[in-house]
Amino acid sequence: MIRVVLPLHLQTLATCGREVELRVEGTVTQRSVLDALEARFPMLRGTVREHETLKRRPRVRFFADGEDVTHDSPDKVLPHAIVSGQQPFMIVGAIAGG
Amino acid sequence: MTAIRILVGTRKGAFILNSDGERKKWSVDGPLFAGWEVYHVNASAVDPNRILASQTSSWFGQIIQRSDDGGKTWTQPGSDSTAGKPGANGMPQGESNKFVYDVSAATGKPLTTHQWYDGTQHPWEFARVWHLEPSLDDPDTWYAGVEDAALFKTTDGGVTWHELAGLRGHDSGANWMPGAGGMCLHTIALDPSNPKRIFCAISAAGAFRSDDGGDTWKPINKGLHSEYIPNPTAEIGHCVHRIAIHPTNPNILYMQKHWDVLRSDNGGDSWQEVSGNLPSDFGFPIAVHAHEPETIYVVPIKSDSLHYPPDGKLRVYRSRSGGNEWEALTKGLPQEHCYVNVLRDAMAVDQAEPCGIYFGTTGGQVYASNDSGDSWNAIVRDLPAVLSVEVQTIP
Repeated sequence: MIRVVLPLHLQTLATCGREVELRVEGTVTQRSVLDALEARFPMLRGTVREHETLKRRPRVRFFADGEDVTHDSPDKVLPHAIVSGQQPFMIVGAIAGG
Repeated sequence: MTAIRILVGTRKGAFILNSDGERKKWSVDGPLFAGWEVYHVNASAVDPNRILASQTSSWFGQIIQRSDDGGKTWTQPGSDSTAGKPGANGMPQGESNKFVYDVSAATGKPLTTHQWYDGTQHPWEFARVWHLEPSLDDPDTWYAGVEDAALFKTTDGGVTWHELAGLRGHDSGANWMPGAGGMCLHTIALDPSNPKRIFCAISAAGAFRSDDGGDTWKPINKGLHSEYIPNPTAEIGHCVHRIAIHPTNPNILYMQKHWDVLRSDNGGDSWQEVSGNLPSDFGFPIAVHAHEPETIYVVPIKSDSLHYPPDGKLRVYRSRSGGNEWEALTKGLPQEHCYVNVLRDAMAVDQAEPCGIYFGTTGGQVYASNDSGDSWNAIVRDLPAVLSVEVQTIP
């Protein structure tokens, strides 16, 4: 299972805890993880990435195994620690004021 | 017995205030959607239990919330298992927050840029829903005014939204530019005597009217004079802050512009200034008494640079003559050291007798008058900055 940590506002929206576990089919990438997240929590569609383009929203960042992977290709395979479930994939609201 | 429900949107959530018809004791429920900006909460004109809210974040985008039980429970229409169109994988689509500009040649012009602050062209980018306006006869039909300025419509209770692209497709669209708060479509007014007639207003493009249900639009800014644009009497470019309409005479419109208070007696074909003896004619909201079409209310603000009341005194001004002659309403309002603002969607009236007037401030107070404005009380004093106030009069 892939572990994903959500920011507080998205936890509230999805009525879930800080961390969710997702079954991701095939290669584990940003895209496949977010696809699985949105399939499980449809109310999150449009909140992490745009509806039409599926581009990351400008004030959202991604971290994986201690690395900032925000600007990596959405199709790049995520680190082994994420794929194996040892570490969570982190979705973070960029810290730029309240 | 009549009950009154006030729907309050704030910078950090929504609140619902309830009272019986006496309007003396109020309950305060909230915050709903805590931590999110709630630009507007509004109720259906025909089903008092149906309420829509615009929940928004610069980080996580737009959310539409819907309640079908008067605000007790909420859902994002289309995002649960019982509503919305199933997607390819059988899951609901979650499309209620999908606001995509129509750039097709078939239904609109492929308009992709507007004027930016510096005069250059800038891409049209959806930011948020500023205003939700219910149909006058169908609980599933609503209009949404959005930033960057456009008008959207739903006919399925908010599950899906589509743009009425004829507004942006008006020949002037590429010349619209943002006001200080962004380029927002903030006012939508429906004519109860003519279901094909819709008014809207955009900062800073001006007022527009459709006479064919939203397919085509024309600017209605004749008589507006704005010193801050190169041609003060231009067809578009005016920073209209709010338009109010009275249901018994929808040809009479009232406008609070950036500067100037105006009225139109011909459905917006032309306007005349009625600022009269106001201490400042800058302001944001304007409201019409529920039972007296010529009685109107504004909250003068010192200037566009200062955004607080003149002399530190919070005063609502009332005209019983449709403008020009104004009286200050001060009883119960702070008359010293008051430096709050009252935003454009933050004043509303109820349908009770005598008419109740309500407004919220950027200081978090919600004031109410149950005697047409003669006296005021703060229902609640320490909410987050108030963005919007709507009132339901429930039989």
